[in-house]
Amino acid sequence: MSTTAIDAAGTTPPEFYCREEAPPRNGTLLGFWIYLMSDCFIFASLFACNAVLGNQYAGGPTGAEVLDLPGLALNTALLLVSSVVFGFAMLEMARRRKGAMLGWLALAGVLAAAFVGLEIHEFLGMIAEGAGPGRSAFLSSFFTLVATHGLHVTLGVLWLIVLMVQSIRFGLNEDNVRRLRCLSMFWHFLDLVWVGVFSYVYLIGVLR
Amino acid sequence: MLEAMPHRAAIWNFVFGRLTYHSFPFLNPDTEGRILLVTFFVVFIVGLAILGAVTRARKWGYLWREWFTSVDHKKLGIMYMILGTVMLLRGFSDAIMMRAQQAYAFGPHMGYLPPDHYDQIFSAHGSIMIFFVGMTYIVGLMNYVMPLQIGSRDVAFPFLNNLSFWFTFGGAIMFMVSLFLGDFSMAGWLGYPPVSELQQGPGVDYYIWGLQLSGVGTLLTGINFVVTILKMRAPGMTLMKMPVFTWTTLCTSGLIIAIFPVLTATLFLLALDRYVGTHFFTAGFGGNLMMYINLIWVWGHPEVYVLILPLFGVYSEIVPTFSGKPLFAYSSMVYATVAIMILSYLVWLHHFFTMGSGADVNSFFSLTTMMISIPTGVKIFNWLFTMYRGRVRFTVPMLWTMGFLFTFTIGGMTGVMLSVAPADFLLHNSLFLVAHFHNVIIGGVVFGVFAGVNYWFPKAFGFKLDEFWGKATFWFWLVGFWVAFGPLYILGLMGVTRRLSHFDDPSLQIWFVIAAVGAFLIALGILSFIIQIYVSIRRRREYAVGHDPWDGRTLEWSTSSPPPDYNYAFIPIVHARDAWADMKAHGYERPREGFNAIHMPKNTASGVLIGALAFGCAFGLVWYIWWLAVASLVGVIAVAIAHTFNYHRDYHIPEDEVRQSERSGNWQQAQGANA
Repeated sequence: MSTTAIDAAGTTPPEFYCREEAPPRNGTLLGFWIYLMSDCFIFASLFACNAVLGNQYAGGPTGAEVLDLPGLALNTALLLVSSVVFGFAMLEMARRRKGAMLGWLALAGVLAAAFVGLEIHEFLGMIAEGAGPGRSAFLSSFFTLVATHGLHVTLGVLWLIVLMVQSIRFGLNEDNVRRLRCLSMFWHFLDLVWVGVFSYVYLIGVLR
Repeated sequence: MLEAMPHRAAIWNFVFGRLTYHSFPFLNPDTEGRILLVTFFVVFIVGLAILGAVTRARKWGYLWREWFTSVDHKKLGIMYMILGTVMLLRGFSDAIMMRAQQAYAFGPHMGYLPPDHYDQIFSAHGSIMIFFVGMTYIVGLMNYVMPLQIGSRDVAFPFLNNLSFWFTFGGAIMFMVSLFLGDFSMAGWLGYPPVSELQQGPGVDYYIWGLQLSGVGTLLTGINFVVTILKMRAPGMTLMKMPVFTWTTLCTSGLIIAIFPVLTATLFLLALDRYVGTHFFTAGFGGNLMMYINLIWVWGHPEVYVLILPLFGVYSEIVPTFSGKPLFAYSSMVYATVAIMILSYLVWLHHFFTMGSGADVNSFFSLTTMMISIPTGVKIFNWLFTMYRGRVRFTVPMLWTMGFLFTFTIGGMTGVMLSVAPADFLLHNSLFLVAHFHNVIIGGVVFGVFAGVNYWFPKAFGFKLDEFWGKATFWFWLVGFWVAFGPLYILGLMGVTRRLSHFDDPSLQIWFVIAAVGAFLIALGILSFIIQIYVSIRRRREYAVGHDPWDGRTLEWSTSSPPPDYNYAFIPIVHARDAWADMKAHGYERPREGFNAIHMPKNTASGVLIGALAFGCAFGLVWYIWWLAVASLVGVIAVAIAHTFNYHRDYHIPEDEVRQSERSGNWQQAQGANA
């Protein structure tokens, strides 16, 4: 059936090959976006664990007792502002203003590093109070989910530093622009995951 | 929590972790030690012989430059197939040991394997067969064939493809090392807690980190293939003009992306429980071990469809080719594949109807499970109707396909029996289940891999595989399969449970003896396959074929055998399904002039390095050698960053070289078509 579809009599045989080389197509942005979707499934598994185990206190502290909401507000503000700042960096990149872009990137990186620092501070405080990840299933799932997000942010900061060095050394060439776009997606993705973490793990965790 | 370190000077514990002289089980003077000692010597001598032969032939430089660092999807595909075959030998040795034990260990005879060794064998058998035979084979086939079928020069991310291979290879080596250093998990192929939480020693840790390595490789492969198919198809090849094998590759890769992260997360949580003392799956402190069972099957059930879908694609290529007509109802085949992909995500609970989730939940999963048999049935009829009134050529790939149609249909029906929740309460964990999943995995996946290897081998190497030994392989496997697993169906219906190393009731013994005979026949099948490869290589001049030995229908048969590095001197333009059949129908003539320089990716050593360092990290974690684990992890990150500082990753094959290679390539008309 399919082979006869273009067999109409009298027509010249169609072209079966490209005479010229087409420019190579780049699928990195799509590939990276798909990677982020796969990362969603890692977080989904951890959220599922928190949903099931989040009220298993095993006689230990509850969410209301250990979760620090004012600290959370500051932390969330840092990460959200960092995301906005990263957006400014991307705008400067589009205008090819490398200096301004690097400035905004550095600020985004500092904010994210402060976020990680505060998170580590919160963790150490909880562990000192005897509310470490081994105390109960609730705390196991809390620490694992929040720390997995924090680890992502940390790797993002490392990646940011590498890309800043590469932009300074090699300029805003095609490769570097593509890489910065990927990092930008990563940055906003982590923000989105954090919205889930603070609303579900922290806010609902304090209520239940 | 971490186990206690050996009693010795702290410096030794720092350097070697918990690795001691006693970690070498083949030095123990018991039966297990002796079996392992013999195995060790055989592996050692064979390994030494291979290394010696490579050194003698001065081929290390060639292997490094042309294979290990290669980013060519065709070479990586072949390396996956070789790895899969080596692991098949390992996994099958485990199988035949189990069959021998069960045929013998009745009443006063305890068999030759103590229970703790037997438990390691069935755990290793299952995980090796799924992760390092099944997955490795399908990734190998997809790697080799899919870019050729879509008229592309390579995959979207050639370096990642190389990296994926070395991650998979690292995982396989972890499993092999566990044979001679320490022990292996006794918790079954899915590492169920509480056994996987409580088992002392490095066994479960080998399992966890071996699978983490190969899991990363598989995930990257999945992303790579989806982007390749979506972005790099030849002009004119719309989605509904793609060959079915490419469609199944797309669906399988989509599934991989959706499930392998769940496996990674689940095994990571199990590792946290074992290393850090968290309470995800423990019995106390609020942990919930059914959480593990749910999560692992959220990965595990779609995983079996990840395995089978590409082979459905293989059969869908073979049947039209050897029936000499287009596939019957192409669209329904595509929609059936997509339907299976989606439904496979909605059935995981049928693996534990006995959890006690209630009639309503069980009914839901029972129904979704039965529903999967509908698109699968559609596929069976598509293949049958393609053969109907076709001019069927009974070649070796076609024999495997027909063996599959017969065997897999029966396996599918016993699956529907198991999907009935009340029946499953009787059949759960019985040998009936064991017979069922071997019926679909051997009858579907293994038969498909052999069909695919026989079908595409002439494309990859320029000569056909020997027919006689190919048929011998097929008949030994087909008959051997039924002799080995027919008795297990019967035993399962009698209520015999799986994973037992000893039985009391002597009336059961005859069935296990028959099953052992079947395993022996399968062993002859594997031997015939090796002979087939050997004989074919010896007679490669006699068996040499041109670019289109089977009178194929899809694009891969339009380029020379083996294809040049760049696959196609000119990117094809597609006007119809079965693009190559369409081109032949229009009297297509291969262009001989007007060549262009071709843009290609360069080889890189980064993949080998990262793979080796990741292996070092995993090994350090298993043996508590923390300095090694940390240093390797830092090394992985450092090499990855260094790799990004290289901006010159491609080159052009000059026009002259393309012309040369197009002249010297293996081109002939379909001389084997009527053979």
